[in-house]
Amino acid sequence: MMLIPCPFCGKRNESEFIFGGPVVAARPDPNAVSDAEWVEYLTIAPNPLGPVQEKWWHARGCGEWLTIWRDTRTHDIVEAPNGSE
Amino acid sequence: MAQSNRRASGGRIDRNRPVRFQFNGKSYEGYEGDTLASALLANGVRVTARSFKYHRPRGIVGHGPEEPATLVELDGEDASGNRPATTVPLRDGLSARSVNCWPSPDFDVSGINQLFARFIPAGFYYKTFKWPNWHLFEPTIRKAAGLAAAPAQPPSSGHFEARHAHADVLIAGAGPAGLQAALEAGRAGKRVFIADEGTEAGGSLLNRNLTINGQPAMDWVADAVQELRGMGNVTHLQNATVWAYREHNLLIVNEREPEQGSVLERSWRVRAGEVVIATGATERAMVFADNDRPGVMLASSVQAYVNRWGVAPGQRVVLFTNNNSVYAVAADLVAAGVTVEAILDSRDTVPQEALDTAQGITVHTGTVAAGVKGHKRLRAVHAVSAKSGADTWIDCDLLGHSGGWNPTVHLWSQSRSPLRFDEDLSAFVPDAAAQACRAIGAAAGDLTLDRIVQGGLDLPYAIEPLWRVDVPGQRGKAFLDLQNDVSVSDVQLALREGYDNVEHVKRYTTGGMGIDQGKTGNINIIGTVAMQKGVPLQDVGTTTFRSPYTPVSFGAIGGLREESVLFPYRHTPVTQWNKDNGAVMYEAGARWRRPGYFPKPGEGLQEAVNRECLAVREGVGVYDGSPLGTFELKGRDVPRFLDFLYSNVMSSLKPGDGRYGLMLSDDGLILDDGVAFRLDEHRWMVSTSTGHADAVNQHMEKLLQTEFPDWQVMITTVTSQWNNATICGPRARDVMQALGTDIDLSPEAFPFMSFRDGTVAGIPARVVRVSFTGELSFEVNVAPRHMAELWAKVMEAGAPFGILPVGSESSHVLRVEKGFLSLGHEVDGTVDAYDLSMGWVMSKKKPDYLGKRSVALRREGGSTRRELVGILPGDPNRQVPEGAPLTLGGRKEATEGLVTACVWSVVNERWVGLALLENGHARHGETAHVRLKDGVIPITIAKPVFHDPDGKLLRS
Repeated sequence: MMLIPCPFCGKRNESEFIFGGPVVAARPDPNAVSDAEWVEYLTIAPNPLGPVQEKWWHARGCGEWLTIWRDTRTHDIVEAPNGSE
Repeated sequence: MAQSNRRASGGRIDRNRPVRFQFNGKSYEGYEGDTLASALLANGVRVTARSFKYHRPRGIVGHGPEEPATLVELDGEDASGNRPATTVPLRDGLSARSVNCWPSPDFDVSGINQLFARFIPAGFYYKTFKWPNWHLFEPTIRKAAGLAAAPAQPPSSGHFEARHAHADVLIAGAGPAGLQAALEAGRAGKRVFIADEGTEAGGSLLNRNLTINGQPAMDWVADAVQELRGMGNVTHLQNATVWAYREHNLLIVNEREPEQGSVLERSWRVRAGEVVIATGATERAMVFADNDRPGVMLASSVQAYVNRWGVAPGQRVVLFTNNNSVYAVAADLVAAGVTVEAILDSRDTVPQEALDTAQGITVHTGTVAAGVKGHKRLRAVHAVSAKSGADTWIDCDLLGHSGGWNPTVHLWSQSRSPLRFDEDLSAFVPDAAAQACRAIGAAAGDLTLDRIVQGGLDLPYAIEPLWRVDVPGQRGKAFLDLQNDVSVSDVQLALREGYDNVEHVKRYTTGGMGIDQGKTGNINIIGTVAMQKGVPLQDVGTTTFRSPYTPVSFGAIGGLREESVLFPYRHTPVTQWNKDNGAVMYEAGARWRRPGYFPKPGEGLQEAVNRECLAVREGVGVYDGSPLGTFELKGRDVPRFLDFLYSNVMSSLKPGDGRYGLMLSDDGLILDDGVAFRLDEHRWMVSTSTGHADAVNQHMEKLLQTEFPDWQVMITTVTSQWNNATICGPRARDVMQALGTDIDLSPEAFPFMSFRDGTVAGIPARVVRVSFTGELSFEVNVAPRHMAELWAKVMEAGAPFGILPVGSESSHVLRVEKGFLSLGHEVDGTVDAYDLSMGWVMSKKKPDYLGKRSVALRREGGSTRRELVGILPGDPNRQVPEGAPLTLGGRKEATEGLVTACVWSVVNERWVGLALLENGHARHGETAHVRLKDGVIPITIAKPVFHDPDGKLLRS
């Protein structure tokens, strides 16, 4: 079980968090993009072998949505949210 | 004769405290301090098990968690399965059985498998039982081949428990290296957690006769334990196995028989700053023909039984080795009065210091054991000179063998830290650490005491690897993994058949799987593969060592977290009233315990539901709507937030009014439906379906925090701050009046889809006009502390009107009669608002909201869609099961839809239902067909409304 750094609560057990998926590109204006671009926005998420930026929700804690950089090979949290360390 | 193999003195047992126990139905006696294995050996029990696949007779092989052969099932208060006999502390009344034999290991019916052994090679089951499919055979084969069954009953008393701990240093293993590390860290003031799997500290020192600074090594251990006990910053556990090493230095420790009598096992989850792996080393077996016969044991285990338990497992011993450690064993045996007939050493030259240790013992260098005589009892060992081929049979009753030592790297490996092959040790040793951990002592390859503790004296270690005995004329199976009955020929077969990656060999042969996890045999398998392929061991690599390191009971993993503790039920203040009034309670969404229905004595479900529904349709009913998810949203940006969140326009609502809406995800799925009310300029109340409240909360928070961090919206969950009694039916207004309220209840002053604050029956209340039943409804919301009182007053005021409490079964019937949606029934990931005839909810005016683009995109192709329709079974008395498929003409073809609900309609006095059907909207009046196993049901397609199609009643 990972220890996830929360900017308010410090390092907490993963079981207090809900995974929110990798950080994807900003939502485009749906009226200004092609069908293909819209589908790509909806369906393509980064899935690297290595560091990935992802969202976690401290649902059973302070309620903060935060992002971390996690290495998918090692579970090392290579970059914590601002202010948490 | 009782305890015929017990020595007169010596060992860490208490001869004044005899212990009675049962093994396979026979009574025996051992002593306090024994394990089940040592007591069986003391009693001269040779055959203690049958093997996994061939049912070969097996005896005790090891002395600790590495024991591959004798697994037992414990009964009564110890009920558990698959415990190595070497790890079961003996105690009075213990009752154990061997796991894989019937009726007993000595006479085992399935032993006939041995005759067919050559027909059951690796992969036999995969190859043989593949037609028509494996699942047909699996149950029988599992039963024949399996290990222990799960105990039929949990342990008869006591409970499991879980604890969390934090430590600066966690040390796995309390042998010399672990104790030394604990002392150093403890003296430095660190928070130390040291756990060891044995019943007492000392590790290998318990089994050996070594000295530290001229004193017995166990005196040093006693001093160390004493000093640790005096340190407040040290937690020292024995009988506690560190069995899992997880990410970010989380370790799981299983403590058996903690001091509190009522606790059976305790599971510790320890987060450690640093992990010190001092898990010692495991002796590996020699691989030669019939190396699994009872009486063939690991040399270090023979030593352990003699020294620690005062048991001589044999009187005439032959030792077989490729390394130095066996010479110390020989010396200890001689000192204990056991005859050592010979040492067979596969090396051509033996270091002088080893020979000096075992003076007076015949040593045959360059000689291997190539087979044994004896089926259930060892009679002789076949000694063969590797060079000349000269051979001789040496009579003996015990063969101790040592193929070298493997650092116990299971935890190290579980931490994802890599291993490297050390040529000097002929073993895999820890390489660079992947987490904050380090290995010390034998686990790091320092196999002798002099390298671990200052002043320790030990015989230096030296080895020449021998991965298997390979002399001509060897007959009989040479086992690599005793527990899974994997022999050299199985590995050779796997390689021949193309499974040449070591991970594939493992899976094809099952070597190193299960409880064993590669303790005695794994490196030999790798060695065999390396020999066969002609590559170095480093290039073959190891398989993954998995947790648990040793078997762990499910109870210990679960701890106290049995269902209701792990995930408690939610109750409303009406629960007690419901129970008192005969409600059948069950879970209805998100762990809420709700009344299903309220049967009168002798009444079944259908009668009760009909009665409740009729009350709502013709008189009045009331249900507890408290579990509905409720959120209060505050802030100046709530209107634009709700317009983005819902598919229809919410921002135009005036304070006091509400609107029904759909929430979509951005890929066009319907997430939830519900109503939003505007309380005042900047305050809103949003309700969601009970089961989706948490998901909607997550959805809203995620949007606000990650997409629109500048928007001023605060969300407060108020599901449990508001409880409500929803009074519904044509007489609902009468009941409200009887309760007494300061709110004008007339439809003109208080129309549908609005709310009013006031008092009801003297209680401050917010009354909302929504309807989930299609009838005139008043949802009376009050603070939870007033709910029970309100409920009692509603029942009292409603009595003259025949009010009935309504359970969730009736709510379902009432909503189906009206064609109201239920998420999970009519709405799945394929359905959009248009399919539900709810195109009006998809705003055309708003340029953007969640799901708009995706729904439009999906509908662009104009393909056939499954649309919501009502169904009327041709036979009005025929119920259609929920989920039943619809096919064209009822033929065996692809489905064109499914039935989502079917209920007995009290207003129509027949079964009615809802379905999703291809092109359903254009097919009203036509006949469709439900295809069931036992026949076809014709149904008439209809509008999905069976009561008050214009909605006059709910607005009344």
